[in-house]
Amino acid sequence: MNREALKKAVLEALAAVAPELDPDTLRPNEPLREQLDIDSFDFLQFIIGLDQNLSLSIPETDYGRLTTLDALVDYLGEKLGGRPGGK
Amino acid sequence: MIEKPRSGWRVAPNMPAYEEARASFSWAAAEHELAGLPGDKGLNIAHEAVDRHCLEGRGGRQALRWLGRHGERKVITYAELSARTNRFAQLLAGLGIRPGERVFSLLGRIPELYIAALGTLKHRAVFCPLFSAFGPEPIRARMKIGDARVLVTTSALYRKKVAALRDALPDLKHVLLVEGGGEPGTEDLQALLARASDAYEIGATSPEDMALLHFTSGTTGTPKGAIHVHQAVLSHHVTGALALDFHPGDIFWCTADPGWVTGTSYGIISPLTHGLTCVVDEADFDAERWYRILQDERVTVWYTAPTAVRMLMKAGDELPRRFDLGALRLIASVGEPLNPEAVLWGQRALGLPIHDNWWQTETGGIMVANYASMDIKPGSMGRPLPGVVAAIVRRLEDGSVEQVDEPDREGELALRPGWPSMFRGYLHEEERYRKCFAKGWYLTGDLARRDKDGYFWFVGRADDVIKSMGHLIGPFEVESALLEHPAVAEAGVIGRPEPVIGELVKAFVSLKEGFTPGEALRRELLAHARTRLGAVVAPKELEFVPTLPRTRSGKIMRRLLKARELGLPEGDTSTLEAPA
Repeated sequence: MNREALKKAVLEALAAVAPELDPDTLRPNEPLREQLDIDSFDFLQFIIGLDQNLSLSIPETDYGRLTTLDALVDYLGEKLGGRPGGK
Repeated sequence: MIEKPRSGWRVAPNMPAYEEARASFSWAAAEHELAGLPGDKGLNIAHEAVDRHCLEGRGGRQALRWLGRHGERKVITYAELSARTNRFAQLLAGLGIRPGERVFSLLGRIPELYIAALGTLKHRAVFCPLFSAFGPEPIRARMKIGDARVLVTTSALYRKKVAALRDALPDLKHVLLVEGGGEPGTEDLQALLARASDAYEIGATSPEDMALLHFTSGTTGTPKGAIHVHQAVLSHHVTGALALDFHPGDIFWCTADPGWVTGTSYGIISPLTHGLTCVVDEADFDAERWYRILQDERVTVWYTAPTAVRMLMKAGDELPRRFDLGALRLIASVGEPLNPEAVLWGQRALGLPIHDNWWQTETGGIMVANYASMDIKPGSMGRPLPGVVAAIVRRLEDGSVEQVDEPDREGELALRPGWPSMFRGYLHEEERYRKCFAKGWYLTGDLARRDKDGYFWFVGRADDVIKSMGHLIGPFEVESALLEHPAVAEAGVIGRPEPVIGELVKAFVSLKEGFTPGEALRRELLAHARTRLGAVVAPKELEFVPTLPRTRSGKIMRRLLKARELGLPEGDTSTLEAPA
């Protein structure tokens, strides 16, 4: 999966828990939880959604790295073993 | 049962034997531990929490250790806290704010929140914290009911949640922004603080003067503002000693946000009255970060919540082993019942059991607790604090109650009024306050049972209020927001049991003619509710139904919705609306 596809997957999983999200206003390198109104439970549901959509299992110990949209895309790129495509 | 040692403690508990302490305790005697305002001018929470330590030679101690979201660290000593809260009190005086007027905060966990709280109390104005994750509607309702005169917030929160409400809040005279920022109709907090003197003498304060206003939710109607007075500090101080076992030199971390009563009573007041060092973490929950804080700050007493404990459990037993948690002496939890597995997990993974306790906004402080020296029955909330009389009562048809003395019988948890931090009213709602009492008991609205050994066990709520992540959510507030959407004909909101957060807010919605249920509309309604209420109050799930069950008098039967959701027998449906 390239970066664009991964980004789309992340935004889809986010929109499932925070449907008020406007992807155009999201700043990719700033913490998601400061830009979106999501609580800890929403965040867990978001990760579960990502796991399901991408058929993977993100360990809880990695959650601390998943703070920004860019960080998520980087992480998923590594995790899925593909080379991150062009930005 | 987790048995506690009777001797050989690393640090001897303040209350070595529960029964003896209970027999000998008196609030009047405990009051001697408080300083009182110099010159016999009464009792003021901020003096007990801050200034007394400076007068008694402890001004150099660390009061707050603030940990910023991005790795910043600031230490504030008692002397600095005294000077900065004096400035805030002077600032209020300069704005013409009178004692008794309400000062609201809408802030994350930043130092200004603590300074505003204690500075407001010094000025004898009333401090009312709002959770920064509330959406505009809960903020508007609470500021309106509370007659907000001053609001302290940040530019970002102001723009997002408050600016559009200004016309609806004509009595809100001053909005102070932490970083200035020049929004129209606001003032620059730092500039005002810089101009204010750092000397301030607290005026005469009666122990019965209003000090704090904490909002809570009922089944129906608007949120209720529970009034607390300066006398409450006696409960805060005593419960710190007995339930949280505070000792001089303790490093204490209360993970609750001061937007809720726990974060004020125990995140600010109680530990400061003991001269302790409080850890304040600005960031949201993160398992690894939390273990690192416990390790690096050498936290000795930790007060957290069941939802957080269960999220730590999900992160596994291996993670805490990578950290040195050896400084920890006591772990306590509040907000909703802590399941037995979580109590035992604490012992296994953290080396200490977790001490559950029970109290609520109206009680102002811990009422029933598991204590450092007392054997724990995992799953039980423990036994009443010395000085607190608790019982199980049954409501009778004539509106009175009778005490249930037989053990293991379910009933409503009731408390004998008289402890210092009992709420003194719901602001502007005398009738709702009166309804909380019968036959000399305060009725808590929580169902519980007491076993033969005197331990209390939480059973559930007596009403339809939802308990999610330790916070009470009023279904009516959520239903009202949903009904504002043009597609919604009826809305009924319940708490669906959920293993991590206790209960999850679930909405059942029927649509007006011309609207069709579907995923797009479901998301639109969720977005609508989240934007108005904020993520902490809005529904997490929404289901379309053709109609909602109602009583003959037209009330939505939330109990029936819940029974259906859980697949339970629906009970007596004789008062149900006849099919059309």
